Amino acid sequence: MSSQLLRFEDWTAPVPPVRREVLSALPHPDEKNPPLLFVPGLGHGAWAFREHWLGHAASRGFSAYALSPRAAGSLRAYVHDVVQVAAGLPRQTVLIGHGVGALVVSHALARYPAKAAVLAAPVLDGWPALGAALRTNPFGTLPAFFGGGLGLSRKQLYSPGCTYERKLTREPTAVYRSVLTASRPAAPVGSPPVLVVGSPDDKIVTRKALDRTAARFGGAPLLFPGMGHDLMLDTEWQEPIDAIIDWLEKELLA
Amino acid sequence: MQDTPDIADRHDAVCVIGAGASGLATLKSLREQGFSVDCYERETSVGGAWNWRHDRSPVYSTAHLVSSRPLTEFPDFPMPDDWPDYPHHSQLLGYLERYSEHFGLRDDIWFGTEVVSVTPAGDGRWDVTTRSVGGGAERVQRYAAVIAANGHNWAPKPFTVDTSEFRGRVMHASAYKDPAQLRGRKVLVIGGGNTGCDIAVEAAQQAEKVWHSTRRGYWFAPKYLFGRPADQMLPPRLPLRFRQKLYRWMVRLTAGDLTRYGLPAPDHRPYESHPVVNSQLAYYLGHGRITAVGDVASMEGSTVELSDGKRIEPDLVITATGYLPRFEFLAPELLDVDEDGRPDLHLHAFARRHPTLAVIGLLQPDAGLLPLAHWQSVAVARWLRLRIDDPAKAAAVQQKESVRPVRSWSRLQVVPSSRHWFEVGHTDYLRAVEDLLKHMEPAS
Ligand SMILES: Cc1cc2nc3c(=O)[nH]c(=O)nc-3n(C[C@H](O)[C@H](O)[C@H](O)COP(=O)(O)OP(=O)(O)OC[C@H]3O[C@@H](n4cnc5c(N)ncnc54)[C@H](O)[C@@H]3O)c2cc1C
Repeated sequence: MSSQLLRFEDWTAPVPPVRREVLSALPHPDEKNPPLLFVPGLGHGAWAFREHWLGHAASRGFSAYALSPRAAGSLRAYVHDVVQVAAGLPRQTVLIGHGVGALVVSHALARYPAKAAVLAAPVLDGWPALGAALRTNPFGTLPAFFGGGLGLSRKQLYSPGCTYERKLTREPTAVYRSVLTASRPAAPVGSPPVLVVGSPDDKIVTRKALDRTAARFGGAPLLFPGMGHDLMLDTEWQEPIDAIIDWLEKELLA
Repeated sequence: MQDTPDIADRHDAVCVIGAGASGLATLKSLREQGFSVDCYERETSVGGAWNWRHDRSPVYSTAHLVSSRPLTEFPDFPMPDDWPDYPHHSQLLGYLERYSEHFGLRDDIWFGTEVVSVTPAGDGRWDVTTRSVGGGAERVQRYAAVIAANGHNWAPKPFTVDTSEFRGRVMHASAYKDPAQLRGRKVLVIGGGNTGCDIAVEAAQQAEKVWHSTRRGYWFAPKYLFGRPADQMLPPRLPLRFRQKLYRWMVRLTAGDLTRYGLPAPDHRPYESHPVVNSQLAYYLGHGRITAVGDVASMEGSTVELSDGKRIEPDLVITATGYLPRFEFLAPELLDVDEDGRPDLHLHAFARRHPTLAVIGLLQPDAGLLPLAHWQSVAVARWLRLRIDDPAKAAAVQQKESVRPVRSWSRLQVVPSSRHWFEVGHTDYLRAVEDLLKHMEPAS
């Protein structure tokens, strides 16, 4: 594990700044709750949260923001962008990552003392996720091995009756490689409470992977049977976000 | 007023003195380790030295950082990545205000309250006497630990030449605030450190005539090297002798030989003094806007006599003599302060004989101070936590630390001047702190 104190890479070759796309929904009046920052996984953008979750979080009194991953990024650049946006918000922020966004969040937690964190359908270990992807969507996944980028399909992401397939973007293989080969994140700073949520019927993140991730943060996953990988876009989208905010309200009182 | 005020027991709470960059980081680190904290700040707002509204702030209107952004920001709260390489002092203040707002630190800060004395109360606990700056009764509270983050850049080091018979104006650099003060004047700037050189460069653009008096030659570092902030080109991990060679080569390529302009040659090797980061001094010397002169021997009437017998007639003298650390609220022996006023602390932070007393930010690094102050405060907070949770392990850590060689974290060979008392190389220093943090980790 590289040193948290001696950050030679950041000192000598800082991540170049970019214009970041951040969408938001704000409550009226501001309830002084910590802001929520949603971090999408690969193939998705901030739009995936604007669909339902941002507005719903705001209606429950939380300022909600979502950050799109930068074009042609890398894990290091994504983590940098999340920490930049979080530190730019007025109060200590709750980081909520989905899919590979949860991996980004788990690394950002070592760089920024978040108020709390939620890992939704987290893809923390790339290899088992790649295995699961090969099983359900071999034709979208295989080209990635030869530099053709990775495609995601409806079957992988959504429960029947719901699709945003046309909005998905294909990321270059290099991006997947930087994510798959990531070393384990360093321990979170400031010991934030961490919640893991997911679905036992997710075609990308297996039940075993969910349990493993939750155990790493000292808990059990909160499960939403019947839902696909994209919890925030599923027809049942309200259940998980309500459960997340309930959990948060309880943690903030503690 | 009462003669013997009641002592209010704050039990396990920790007292932090000062809400500058170091005090804010300390407050946050202690909270993260679960401590209640009372932070006392003499001024009415945060920011310390970087808050130009404070009487004692040493910053002037045009001051920019001398350390670049990635090496100056807190490691867990980066500055915006679209800020310049060397932010303006007002940006640094804005950054510190946002830091305290973001983490809700103000809730635990008592503004306008000065700590006047800290005395041991036995059992590692401390009686802290505070007083409202506006006057009023003193108050004594008992704390489990005291962390001083009171800054060391506000008590000007006295100027040793007698100025009582001098007719021109004499002021310490800390009183210099705005280039308008220099406009049309004949200015003598005394002191070859960062502040002295910065003010000489300012004066070169404003004043009618500028002399710059330096006692000793310094090693100059440019602000940029190969188009990047120079401090971002870290020297490779080589033996000191080789790094000194590299440094000489870098200086030859950038500032060049300044003795040509009458500046003294450095009387020490690179890395034995605090580097002076200034790319413009040589430029203005070369354009004749600054005249380099030697030490000042005496000042009388309208004349300043220099050690070589030369006489000049400035009407404004700015003494950039630097600052001295001061801990008026602590008896000197608590910090092992020697007769010159120099405290002797483990890692320049931990009191050697008082495990619940520490100082944060008392460093002179070759990079920004904030990252180092942050990690110092993390180490101190974890240390205080370990003493409570696992006293046996704390004792073992203390034993290990007592044999850590001083040369591993401090520059031993430095020019003997108070300016270099707390000189550290930031990478060596951080390696030592990281090692201490590892020793304190729970065995897994
Ligand atoms: C001209 C100049 C340029 C500098 N440039 C740089 C740079 O480029 N990069 C860099 O990293 N650093 C620079 N520094 C160093 C700078 O001092 C630090 O960055 C930083 O401001 C130090 O913070 P601090 O909290 O340790 O001390 P301070 O900022 O001095 O804060 C100490 C606080 O404690 C309060 N206090 C003191 N005594 C008491 C008491 N008894 N009771 C209650 N409150 C008390 C004071 O009011 C003050 O607010 C520069 C310094 C100077 C003078």
